[in-house]
Amino acid sequence: MERTAVHRRLTWQFARVVEGVTETARTKSIALDAADWPGHLAGQHVDVRLTADDGYQAQRSYSIASAPEDEHLVITVQRLDDGEVSPYLTETLVPGDELELRGPIGGYFVWQEALGGPVLLIAGGAGVVPLRAILRHHRAIASEVPVRLLYSARTRADLIYRAELEDYDTVITLTDEHPEEWNGRTGRIEPNLLAETAWAPAERPLVYVCGPTGFVEAVADALVTFGHSPDRIRTERFGPT
Amino acid sequence: MTPPVSRGFRGRRTDESLSRRVPPGQYVTPDFPVLSAGPTPHQPVGSWSFEIRGELDEPRSWTWEQFNALPSERITVDIHCVTKWSKLDTSWRGVSLDTLLDNVVTRAEHVLAFCDGGYTTNLPLDDLRDGKAWIVHEYEGEPLEPEHGGPARLFVPHLYFWKSAKWVRGIELREDDTPGFWESYGYHNYGDPWKEQRYTGD
Repeated sequence: MERTAVHRRLTWQFARVVEGVTETARTKSIALDAADWPGHLAGQHVDVRLTADDGYQAQRSYSIASAPEDEHLVITVQRLDDGEVSPYLTETLVPGDELELRGPIGGYFVWQEALGGPVLLIAGGAGVVPLRAILRHHRAIASEVPVRLLYSARTRADLIYRAELEDYDTVITLTDEHPEEWNGRTGRIEPNLLAETAWAPAERPLVYVCGPTGFVEAVADALVTFGHSPDRIRTERFGPT
Repeated sequence: MTPPVSRGFRGRRTDESLSRRVPPGQYVTPDFPVLSAGPTPHQPVGSWSFEIRGELDEPRSWTWEQFNALPSERITVDIHCVTKWSKLDTSWRGVSLDTLLDNVVTRAEHVLAFCDGGYTTNLPLDDLRDGKAWIVHEYEGEPLEPEHGGPARLFVPHLYFWKSAKWVRGIELREDDTPGFWESYGYHNYGDPWKEQRYTGD
């Protein structure tokens, strides 16, 4: 495995909210002006810290949704109803507000052109966020490495970046809805769908799987069963088990 | 610098009776999130072994059967993940590293744990001794699930949980310190949650 040594000290810095974009009923993209941001690789995340007026603090990690080349640093946050930080970020925060962040964090679940491909991105729900950063980076550098996104969501209303993704080689499958007029797929990401949409193991695609734990476990297991080498599969899991 | 107040943020404080148990920057969760860099290896216990190699006279190794015949301990303790969650009163069963390292004479001061799937993590040897570390194979009275590191994982609960390497297959005793997997990607070399040593330089 290649190593990208990041041995800089990560200090907290201020960022100002530039814009909030409602992606779905539960998710919002927050564009930040972070003057001291050192740059990032597509797929990395950032720590966000909030401070209450009595000094109490809470911090969480969020995947970065923007490409390194984008003007603003963007995070896309899914509101968890019992969450401490996500309801604040999605409902209270407005443009002009400040928050603290530090990063970038993580160096394995990233794609850079030198890693090659073909690149298969597999997202479950909000797991699409870091993969969107990879797609945007891929386009920003006009890479000719083949890249494809396989994206599983509950319903059309749950699709994050829906319009933007139409512009990419994307296969969408809906698990909880079977619309009559729908040119995507329905049902979970089954081995058959993987066989149809993934490159053959012999082509050694570099696969990035991101989503809830159960989703990532099932997809990564299916890929290995198919003959994809575990060292070509990078995963990022979130949420409770 | 004084952090800016986040307008309208109240937060959810940890119960005061518990807050002494929660390191800075952490929150308590009843869940058990899974974080791994790749697919979950499914290692049959029939071909599993645990090995101590490197800077010692004679490498040591145990089959699954031999390992299970060693005296084991039940450990109930809080765990802290660098991704900010802490989980209180988790219960495990495993073999103390003191048992596995008994009578080992070595000049090594460092350890690199190695695992199925290629994961590694580095620790000072002292942190594995004196009742601070185990190889655990049960969680809450059940065999450890593969996604949580089964059949067996290293368990070093006084450090951030990435040091408690899943799918562990052995430790290498070393005179020099070499960074493991996440340590090479900018995570802290030691990882003390009470000093909030998350990343390099913390």
